[in-house]
Amino acid sequence: MTNDTVLEVKNLKTYFFLDDNKVAKAVDGVDFSVRRGETVALVGESGSGKSITSLSIMQLINRPGRIVDGAVHFNGKNLLDMSDKQMASIRGNDIAMIFQEPMTALNPVFTIGNQIIEVLRKHKKMTKKQARKRAIELLKMVGFPRAEETVDEYPHQLSGGMRQRAMIAIAISCEPKLLIADEPTTALDVTIQSQILDLMMEMKEKFNMSLVLITHDLGVVAEYADRVMVMYGGQIVETSDKRTLFKHPKHPYTNGLLESLPSVDKEEERLGMIKGIVPPAHNFPKGCRFSSRCPKVMKKCFESNPELEEIEFEHSVRCYLYTDTDKEANHDSSQTKERSKS
Amino acid sequence: MYKYVIRRILIFIPMLFFLTVIVFILAKSAPGDPFSTMLDPNVDQQVFEERREALGLNDSLPVQYVRWISSVIQGDFGQSLVYNGREVSELINDRFMNTIYLGLVALFFTLIVAIPIGIYSAKNPYSPLDYFATGFGFLGLAIPNFFFGLIAIYVFAIHLGWFPAQGTVSNPNISGFQEFLDRIHHMILPGITLGLAGTATYMRYMRSEVLDVLGSDYVRTAKAKGMTDRNVLYKHTLRNALIPIITLMGFEFGVLVSGAVITEQVFNYPGLGTLFIDSTINRDYPVVMALCLIFGAFILVGNLLADIFYSVVDPRIRYD
Repeated sequence: MTNDTVLEVKNLKTYFFLDDNKVAKAVDGVDFSVRRGETVALVGESGSGKSITSLSIMQLINRPGRIVDGAVHFNGKNLLDMSDKQMASIRGNDIAMIFQEPMTALNPVFTIGNQIIEVLRKHKKMTKKQARKRAIELLKMVGFPRAEETVDEYPHQLSGGMRQRAMIAIAISCEPKLLIADEPTTALDVTIQSQILDLMMEMKEKFNMSLVLITHDLGVVAEYADRVMVMYGGQIVETSDKRTLFKHPKHPYTNGLLESLPSVDKEEERLGMIKGIVPPAHNFPKGCRFSSRCPKVMKKCFESNPELEEIEFEHSVRCYLYTDTDKEANHDSSQTKERSKS
Repeated sequence: MYKYVIRRILIFIPMLFFLTVIVFILAKSAPGDPFSTMLDPNVDQQVFEERREALGLNDSLPVQYVRWISSVIQGDFGQSLVYNGREVSELINDRFMNTIYLGLVALFFTLIVAIPIGIYSAKNPYSPLDYFATGFGFLGLAIPNFFFGLIAIYVFAIHLGWFPAQGTVSNPNISGFQEFLDRIHHMILPGITLGLAGTATYMRYMRSEVLDVLGSDYVRTAKAKGMTDRNVLYKHTLRNALIPIITLMGFEFGVLVSGAVITEQVFNYPGLGTLFIDSTINRDYPVVMALCLIFGAFILVGNLLADIFYSVVDPRIRYD
């Protein structure tokens, strides 16, 4: 771990222990790190474990979920070893989070100001007066023209985009070192999306924060991320810098995602797609988790799950196509055909 | 907000008017009139007619209604037909506060038991105490008031002798703080009996509301902001979980007054409930009418208060 690293997640495993003795391995051995000032995008379909990864970092996993293994190093300290009280002093202060649903993420019965002020009072030990002044400044910073009035308004008086701005104001109030944004624009109008993302990037620059951006929108990734991690079935299947990932995707899943992205340059009549759905987290296939949907599946893929291996500088992939030396011998074309038919 | 409260009060007035109309029509459609029980049936029919005419009972219904309502507004509910012709308002005055006190004791008991247990159950679902509270809740709902009251008297008044079995004061000569304590002592058993069903209901409501809110997005936000568990529970959760409880209390307000009918009877407690039963049995129409009106008005006032409290707790209701 270099001095430059803000967050390092090692072999993180978060399992959900379901009623009928099933175990849903929502996050199953995730490793990654985030450097100072960097924007890392976490991409994947619904159910791939992106959100649970972020909630695990914050330790906001509710029963029946539990972090069963791994480490989350933040500024050199393992968050998973911390007491509840220590962790509470980090949340909102050093690591802040923005959620997907601005309509429900703010408490409806308290004013916007109240919800910013309580963070400042808790972490920065400000007086009510100081905190209120700061709250108005923050609201101005995130683009509320009438911040002096907005501070006394309730969430229901604001539009979705404005609520997300208020969420950003809360998140940056203590100038955290790391901001985790869990699909921050998914619930917003397309026209508002880029405004919100631009605002987040602006704040990121201003406070020299690192950003973990969780999204399923590759367009957002292309525009805002420095590095990308593609998640599937609770594991990272490919990670590299943004340019490499878009130019030379390796994993068949990444390929599928990119092909399903509409583009004005493409000539095809139909968009590409990935057949099937993400398998449920309590019932992954025995071998590679993508094997049931992979167009390039091999016999070996059904037997064991490949490891995430670095195949080029800072470009890792979890696939036997690249990490297995005798891949040609194993290739089972008949099985591929059968799969694509069904 | 003031606009909202004023508008809500303005709606209250026509509802009260309809209530008086309904009470009046119900009383009028009951068979017979005061004379069917007051006068010797052997008296000449001619005399009946004369008395009816003199009392205005032969006037059209609207005219009679206006006459009745204008005296009701002045606090005059007429005279009782049974209690030696005493003023109805005087009869009610004597007992009114007894019923209010009993209702408050019941409500107090309900809230101090139900809300903490409900919160605990939600924080620790499926814990032994949660199961116990659930069991108690079903029991509390299933046992009829009068039955629980009788058991309470049998155990706590007769066998253990901890509480008096009936009445409001044991010695009419005491006064001041001693009298206050004695009254409280008398109200504990009927208060618990009256509050029992409510306790069970509130507990279940509280549990499910808190559980619901604890799983909400904004509670997750509060946790992500680094708020302590205490703050999350008492600030962010409770205020939201109490909103439906307020509705319930609005209804309860009326029910505590009118629902005391049975409990008061069991404990022979001199409140409006016993008066209601006595006057119904004796066909004391003026008293029955007055009580129906009061019970109905209490339910309306309860709803009014609930709506006003709502707007205090939930800002979304203030503006529409």
